[in-house]
Amino acid sequence: MLEVRNIAKTYKTGGVEVPALRDISFTLHDGEFVAVMGPSGSGKSTLMHILGCLDTPTSGSYTLDGEDVATLDDDALARIRKEKIGFVFQQFNLLPRATVLRNVMLPLVYASVGHEERTAKAEAALVAAGFDRSHFHHRSNELSGGQIQRVAIARALVNNPSLILADEPTGNLDTKTGEVVLATFERLNREGRTIVLITHEHDVAACARRVIHLKDGAMCI
Amino acid sequence: MTSQDLFQEAYAALSANKVRTGLTMLGIIIGIASVIAMVSIGDGAKRSIEGTIQGLGSNLLTILPGVVQPGRGIVSSGRGSAQTLKNSDAEALQAISGIAVISPELTRRFQITAPSTGFNTNANVIGAAPEYAAARNLVVKEGLFISDANLRGLGRAAVIGPTAAADLFGEEDPIGQSIRISRMNFTVIGTLAEKGSGGFFNPDDAVFVPLTSMQKFLAGDDYLTTIGVSVTDKDDMPAVQAEITSLLAERHRVTTESPDFSVISQAEILGTLTAVTTTFTIFLASIAGISLLVGGIGIMNMMLTTVTERTREIGLRKAIGATRRDINLQFLAEAVMLTFSGGLIGVLLGWLVSFSVTKLGIVQTSVSLSSVLLAFGVSGAIGIIFGYYPARRASQLNPIEALRYE
Repeated sequence: MLEVRNIAKTYKTGGVEVPALRDISFTLHDGEFVAVMGPSGSGKSTLMHILGCLDTPTSGSYTLDGEDVATLDDDALARIRKEKIGFVFQQFNLLPRATVLRNVMLPLVYASVGHEERTAKAEAALVAAGFDRSHFHHRSNELSGGQIQRVAIARALVNNPSLILADEPTGNLDTKTGEVVLATFERLNREGRTIVLITHEHDVAACARRVIHLKDGAMCI
Repeated sequence: MTSQDLFQEAYAALSANKVRTGLTMLGIIIGIASVIAMVSIGDGAKRSIEGTIQGLGSNLLTILPGVVQPGRGIVSSGRGSAQTLKNSDAEALQAISGIAVISPELTRRFQITAPSTGFNTNANVIGAAPEYAAARNLVVKEGLFISDANLRGLGRAAVIGPTAAADLFGEEDPIGQSIRISRMNFTVIGTLAEKGSGGFFNPDDAVFVPLTSMQKFLAGDDYLTTIGVSVTDKDDMPAVQAEITSLLAERHRVTTESPDFSVISQAEILGTLTAVTTTFTIFLASIAGISLLVGGIGIMNMMLTTVTERTREIGLRKAIGATRRDINLQFLAEAVMLTFSGGLIGVLLGWLVSFSVTKLGIVQTSVSLSSVLLAFGVSGAIGIIFGYYPARRASQLNPIEALRYE
């Protein structure tokens, strides 16, 4: 379970305070599929960085699985990311020269999981993400866009996280491939995964069961 | 992150751009190789000088006319003033205890011809007593050395070194042949074994005649150019040296502070030459060390470029759970792997250079284990020192900014 209470984020640029997020509050139960929507500059990315523990809010509280993560330091945040969060980005998702399997294993490498367990988990995650078994040992720069996003989804799944954060995962894909990737997210959600999808496209947001609209850093329902 | 993972990641990153990695490594390779080669050559030169000096007799004190300082050469000599040592001085030294052998010597350069072959050479002719061979560790290869009878009878006998023998007689056996020194005939009674040059002169390229004959027929005076004194016990050398100095100073009516002669021990010559070669080795090694430093800066340059190029990769790694320490270690591991493998190749290359120098017969070198270990230590340390800053920079990147980096 994820609980956000009165979160605000303010950036300082050249002595001027720029508010990026204002008074955001919501609760996300396990197994929910939420889309965060809004035009560019609405604070979507800032919210994702805070939910993904890449950044901390200026004020307010953020509780993830009962742990207050709003005030943690860098190394503690890294630990939370490693254990509880899986990321899927719009672009530059994989290490280009490493194999598919090695890419998926990477979170487990940092989590100091043993070698055999690592391989087994990575293969299971790739299968769950619908990735073709025959491509496991291909280098990731030999893959198509759709395949890359599936590998990225598998990597996000591999450490069994509380939350999968996808930042415009279909932004770089054609409509058809985008639909396949979205279908993968829908299937994973049916299997019980908690997913937060960040997008500015209505048809992408439509596949989520709940939509949070952002405008100028504030929620509008 | 296990060390195996660290190794794997570092290897993957370094092999991604092989040309750049190779060129950067070259700096370390050349640096380490030159340190290894220079030190081994310097050591070899030192050992060869030590060996030669030891071969000349390590218990030897040499008394020279004029003032000589080891390493600086003759300070005050000149033909007239240098003729201060006489036969009587050598005889007087017999009063000093602890002396095994006294060898009075008179050396001049002459043109020598061998009438039987017609060859001639310009070599040192040394008027020597029988004690010469014992004092200077000379080994007679064939025939005899100068005897007391030769000395007493003003004999026209000569013993020749191997170089002089080859110059005068070529392949022929010189024993029994006659040679002509300054219009006087001498008969060769012996030849010497090869010895090698030893600082002041080369005994291989010399002709030995009885001291009395030398003084009477060839030089025409009874001065000596050197007195060699072999000391019984090596530990007594400073004491004997002091006694000789005071005795001769008294005889020559000069003070011991400003004598008209010098007493030099082989240890002093050895010390001076060793100091010279050591300085030279340090000089060469520090030039090589500078190239190592330049190599290290090359490493740092490459690592900084790599960090900038891989900013987004660093952001991605951080997003999926890498801590600062993980990132720091990864880049340090890359730098150390680079310098350490450079060090390994450098040691092999340096050893090869040193081996070739030995094979070509320039100097007998040897690569010491300590210099190899030092080279590995230094190359590892260079990786850590020059990798530290880039790795720190990588680890402190903000993950959000790193992910956004174009």
